[in-house]
Amino acid sequence: MTNSSGIRLAGKITTLLALMTIAPAAVADMVLNLRRGVTDISQTVYELHMLILWVCVVIAIVVFGVMIVSIILHRRSRGAEAADFSHSTKAELIWTIIPVIILVWMAVPAAKTLVVMEDFRDSEMTIKVTGYQWRWHYAYLGTEVDFFSSLARSSNIARQVRSGVDPFSVDNYLLDVDKPMVVPVDTKIRLLITANDVIHSWWMPSFAVKKDAIPGFINEIWFKANETGTYRGQCAELCGRGHGFMPIVVDVLSKQDYAAWIDAKDGGETVAMVDSTTAAEAPAVAEELSGEKLYNISCSACHQVNGQGLPPAFPSLVDSAMVKGPVAKHIDIVMNGRVGTAMIGFSTQLGDAELAAIINYERNAWGLNGGDTVQASDIAAAR
Amino acid sequence: MGPEYEATADQHHVDDHDHHGAPSGIKRWLFSTNHKDIGTMYLVFSLLMFFVGGAMIMIVRAELFQPGLQFVDPAFFNQMTTMHALVMVFGAIMPAFVGLANWMIPMMVGAPDMALPRMNNWSFWLLPVGFTFLIATLFMPGGAPAAGWTMYPPLVLQTGDAFPFLVFAIHILGASSIMGAINIIVTIMNMRAPTMTLLKMPLFVWTWFITAFLLLAAMPVFAGAVTMLLFDQFFGAHFFNAAGGGDPVMFQHIFWFFGHPEVYIMILPAFGIVSEIIPTFARKPLFGYNSMVYATASIAVLSFIVWAHHMFTVGMPLAGQLFFMFSTMLIAVPTGVKVFNWIATMWRGSMTFETPMLFSLAFVFLFTIGGFSGLMLAITPVDFQYHDTYFVVAHFHYVLVPGSLFGIMAGVYYWLPKWTGHIVDEKLAKMHFWLSAIFVNITFFPQHFLGLAGMPRRIPDYSTQFADFNMMSSLGAFGFGLSQLLFVYIVYQTVKGGKKASSEVWDNPVGLEWTVPSPAPYHTFETAPEVR
Ligand code: HEC
Ligand SMILES: [Cu+2]
Repeated sequence: MTNSSGIRLAGKITTLLALMTIAPAAVADMVLNLRRGVTDISQTVYELHMLILWVCVVIAIVVFGVMIVSIILHRRSRGAEAADFSHSTKAELIWTIIPVIILVWMAVPAAKTLVVMEDFRDSEMTIKVTGYQWRWHYAYLGTEVDFFSSLARSSNIARQVRSGVDPFSVDNYLLDVDKPMVVPVDTKIRLLITANDVIHSWWMPSFAVKKDAIPGFINEIWFKANETGTYRGQCAELCGRGHGFMPIVVDVLSKQDYAAWIDAKDGGETVAMVDSTTAAEAPAVAEELSGEKLYNISCSACHQVNGQGLPPAFPSLVDSAMVKGPVAKHIDIVMNGRVGTAMIGFSTQLGDAELAAIINYERNAWGLNGGDTVQASDIAAAR
Repeated sequence: MGPEYEATADQHHVDDHDHHGAPSGIKRWLFSTNHKDIGTMYLVFSLLMFFVGGAMIMIVRAELFQPGLQFVDPAFFNQMTTMHALVMVFGAIMPAFVGLANWMIPMMVGAPDMALPRMNNWSFWLLPVGFTFLIATLFMPGGAPAAGWTMYPPLVLQTGDAFPFLVFAIHILGASSIMGAINIIVTIMNMRAPTMTLLKMPLFVWTWFITAFLLLAAMPVFAGAVTMLLFDQFFGAHFFNAAGGGDPVMFQHIFWFFGHPEVYIMILPAFGIVSEIIPTFARKPLFGYNSMVYATASIAVLSFIVWAHHMFTVGMPLAGQLFFMFSTMLIAVPTGVKVFNWIATMWRGSMTFETPMLFSLAFVFLFTIGGFSGLMLAITPVDFQYHDTYFVVAHFHYVLVPGSLFGIMAGVYYWLPKWTGHIVDEKLAKMHFWLSAIFVNITFFPQHFLGLAGMPRRIPDYSTQFADFNMMSSLGAFGFGLSQLLFVYIVYQTVKGGKKASSEVWDNPVGLEWTVPSPAPYHTFETAPEVR
């Protein structure tokens, strides 16, 4: 822990202890409630939430009120004598029927909202969302645009165990991605959600949508954002080691900006699009991050830092014939992955120099002495 | 208007009894067929597991104390959350209730012992075996199970060598529970004092009776589900593999068909315990005895038709979502009836606040808060926002910790003098209560806010906006954990010695258990007592 974060920690604990003892008023700047969100549905959901919350609060006041009064008045130390009644059909009927009425009254708006949520008619565009361990893939149906969306590099570095990086110094720590989903405002967008390996769940609190991404199944949801902006969410279904590290970011653009964006991406430019980000970052990053660091960030989740994997799910690289064998196959699997397994292709996520550095590291670490050196140009040639 | 009890005179002599007392040495425990000894073993075992599961969650809360990963790898974090749940559910809460059932049910119905004493021995001794398997997984290649206690495939199939041990442990624990349940049902059906009609049975007996049926119906389903996982993993069965024509969601349906009754298995006996305690300390008969029984039974029946409210986000047809929303909301009605009855029992009573009563009152308050959040979770369109967040974590910990666990604590404080013959040190016990009650709220109340603000559950690290409440929750958890050491000390102290308890222990409690001396002799009710 760095010195400054140590001081901040001490400060926080003191504030918290103070908070617990004094007033909840001081908690004002903490987020306490559900957000209203930016779709009609999310507003309705928020109102339903408030409705039921208040219903609960009122019932709580009545029930706990009676209980507290009883605790205060009907105690032996005040000389209370015990009555001996033990039932009352009237009372029992009342407290059975009133709750039923309240429940029916709440069920009606809830059911109505549900019906609207399930109405997929008239959606104007469709994006296919696929969950991977541990990133999202977005494919804009009817276009050539598709890309992976992974945890932003700054968060990814900071979130390593004892990374030494203070999470408070990272913008949108764990809630930022390299490439967000981009959608137009005021447009009914349908998402087809599935997964490649295990179950994930695509959750965007500001749109009040959450749907499981299930391998072999395609789920549907829709949303229509009323405001432009950047919205953040996370994978909501435990999906393994990296579950906490596959955020979701949606950029809602004006219709014109969106049209410009999709035009720039579409038309066989997928690779160029990816390169434009990686190429810009690559030189600086390559200097900064060795093959070992890159491996630990991108691969160790499955293959482990010591390269021994977690068989049977994730193979050991130390004992891998492929890693010891000809380099071309090794490059191929790292770039293109293997369909139907958790091993996805990394060609769209990492630059040439980075891929080369990782492969070199794998072939020469953990007592392996492959000796060969893959160059960035080898990767470029294989693209 | 509760039933009245009267022991036949010969229940009171112990010393001049010709029957043998407790055998000595290890054999007393290993081969025990005595319901009291087996009850004690269950309770001690569950206390041990409570600390094992507690230690695991201390690691979790330490990691969550502040953002960033300070201590453990995320994979190990997932192992800890998974194992914490499995150990607490199957090792702490359930065995504690079975222990209480063993000790109390025969005494409460005027039976000399459980109906099937040898099976009783076996169902206990399976527990340490099952947990040896489960805990051993921590040291296996690939680590302990890490897919959550819900074990959803395909993720759970990524478990390393631990996987078959997980399945096997569940089979063993399930067998133990099923045998325990059969024993309880048979005891209640066949061993009651002849004059104790069903509607004269104490509520603890009633709630356990109903719980035992839930166990019988639910545990085999669970065993089936994990067996299907086993077949998928090793024999290419594809039950849950879409690529092979199976359905991963089917596992969730099967799991929760077990899982929802399971949550009632963990709360109904607690309902029974507080229904015993509140009348004693309010000095007033339980309000609405019959409706309590009917409410418990209807909760049990309903618990089998609400399972899919745990999985609203899997993409069910609209009709399915509506059905499960309505049926779930319906459960609030009998649950409400129970809470109202407890309060009506207190109303115009003459209350005193000994430790068992304090835990019971906290139970009513805090369980009800868990009930409110449960009602909120039932509303499907809003559940999409709450599901798989800390709001859910807060909800089920409110019903399980100040719910089930406080129920158990209340029961232990209530009956400990009966078991040991010694009065509990009230001062220390009250301190234990207040520490527990305060820390439990510091731990779990902020988690409601975390969930609403958007923090998913089961994550080892979180965005900085969640930092403050997580720190508060962790501090609460550490405090709660430490406070429980006091409990161990109190129990130890009471077992060792203390003021002698009378056979009634409290002020005019109702029930056959209070007609036998304290400590309860090794054999009680060899001739059936008279119940008026
Ligand atoms: C999500 C988990 C995951 C991540 C992350 C991952 N891999 Fe893999 N990897 C796998 C799995 C699973 C396989 C086995 C695929 C199969 O069944 O053929 C595999 C196979 C491999 C193989 C072939 C091993 C053999 O002997 O067949 C290599 C090489 C490899 N991965 C390299 C990498 C590199 C380099 C990275 C990081 C850039 C990486 N992996 C990241 C899961 C992962
Ligand atoms: Cu995920």
